[in-house]
Amino acid sequence: MSLLLDAANAHTFVDAFRFIGDNPGFLARKALEQLELSGAALGIGLAVALPLGVVLGHLHRGSGVAVGASIVGRALPSLVLIAAFLTLLGIGFVNNMVALAVLATGPILTNSFDAVDRVDRDAVESARGMGMTGMQILHQVELPLALPLLFIGIRIAAVTVVATAPIAAIAGGGGLGDIIVNQASYRLSGVLGASLCVMALSAGVFVALIWLQGALTPAGVRRIRVGVDPSRKE
Amino acid sequence: MKRAGGPTVIPNFGHGSSCVTGDHVFCWGWVRGHWADTLGPALTQHVELTAIAVGIGFAIAFLLGLATHRVNRIEQPVGVVSALLYTIPSFALFQLLVPFTGLTWTTVEIALVGYTLVILYPAVVAGLRSPSDDVLEAARGMGLTPLQILTRVELPLAVPVIISGLRVAVVSTISIATIAAFVGPYGLGNPIFLALKEPTPFKTEIYTAGFLAVALALVCDAALLILRRTLVPWADRRFA
Repeated sequence: MSLLLDAANAHTFVDAFRFIGDNPGFLARKALEQLELSGAALGIGLAVALPLGVVLGHLHRGSGVAVGASIVGRALPSLVLIAAFLTLLGIGFVNNMVALAVLATGPILTNSFDAVDRVDRDAVESARGMGMTGMQILHQVELPLALPLLFIGIRIAAVTVVATAPIAAIAGGGGLGDIIVNQASYRLSGVLGASLCVMALSAGVFVALIWLQGALTPAGVRRIRVGVDPSRKE
Repeated sequence: MKRAGGPTVIPNFGHGSSCVTGDHVFCWGWVRGHWADTLGPALTQHVELTAIAVGIGFAIAFLLGLATHRVNRIEQPVGVVSALLYTIPSFALFQLLVPFTGLTWTTVEIALVGYTLVILYPAVVAGLRSPSDDVLEAARGMGLTPLQILTRVELPLAVPVIISGLRVAVVSTISIATIAAFVGPYGLGNPIFLALKEPTPFKTEIYTAGFLAVALALVCDAALLILRRTLVPWADRRFA
């Protein structure tokens, strides 16, 4: 019995890979659709949350906002956000983009605040003693030292958005989710194939951001290690 | 969203009050009328999904954590596996388990337990490491055996970190459990899912179920915070 089951499973996964092999163009188009939606959402999230978090961290004010954003951000399920914005903005690209952007702001805001807020006070003090202005301290001392932690926030947000984007298919978001929610047309092999592509896509984004972080981090800061806080997961 | 041509599909929301059929923003009457048959059971199910996942996840994480405490070597492999697991989107993981366990409650729980492990295992390991060397030295000097050190020093001192991990795990699990509706009619995601499938998304159902999910998460988070303050009142002075 269990042998039969195993054979059936193996067959299902072989079919899933066959689906990927048979439809590379289609899947690539869907993946691109998903990346467009994710990119737009992440862009908005970054534009709103990054300056806010960095400035609040620089001023060491508003820790309540940052903590609140992390708790509420974690508690807000993506499905609820997507469904709620669907009722407000109608079906299509914009509602999903806004829902995913809201999802992205939580980790970005919390981590950018934390990153800048936690920069070694002695380093900031020395910079001030050298006669640097607040702007110079932010640019030349706080931001370079904050980069590793700041990037963790961006990475969590990016992976969350890319991983959540397929759910947007139920609200007209397109992308690989279109295949996953439509088993009637694409069968289980298509659903699994698309799921594997979603996995590959979010892993790819994760790796790409680690690479980008390495490229952007000044050599002197690379030695500082920070832990990963899996504060957000969908 | 009405279909062009053909018969107009009238959503079946039970009692077709004018509020419901007129697509108003929020219908209290519907919530009152369907608490017992839709919202209440979905909320109970959501609590069950979460409690089982966090319960099993915590048991596994605790045992693995204790094992790691004894044998440091296994930390890295376990860490790498859980980091890999964490990058798998829940939506995709649910689907990938379907060939093995079908569209069942088990599929949902396996995925949820997996995600709680990713949060709880590092929390247990970090917690057991929280006593300083001086404290351990003092315990040894007092003649405590390794088992006594574990139960009387290391475990009590690990409680604050473990509860912090539980807070993150519970809130994330409540959030991810809404996606379970894609696998089967489980939890608070299900009413949302059904409301979205109506010809016109049914707002009242989406807002109420969404509110319940967020409220459940915040209530559990606050409850664990209170538990921590009661169990280990000294912790907030040392661990922010």
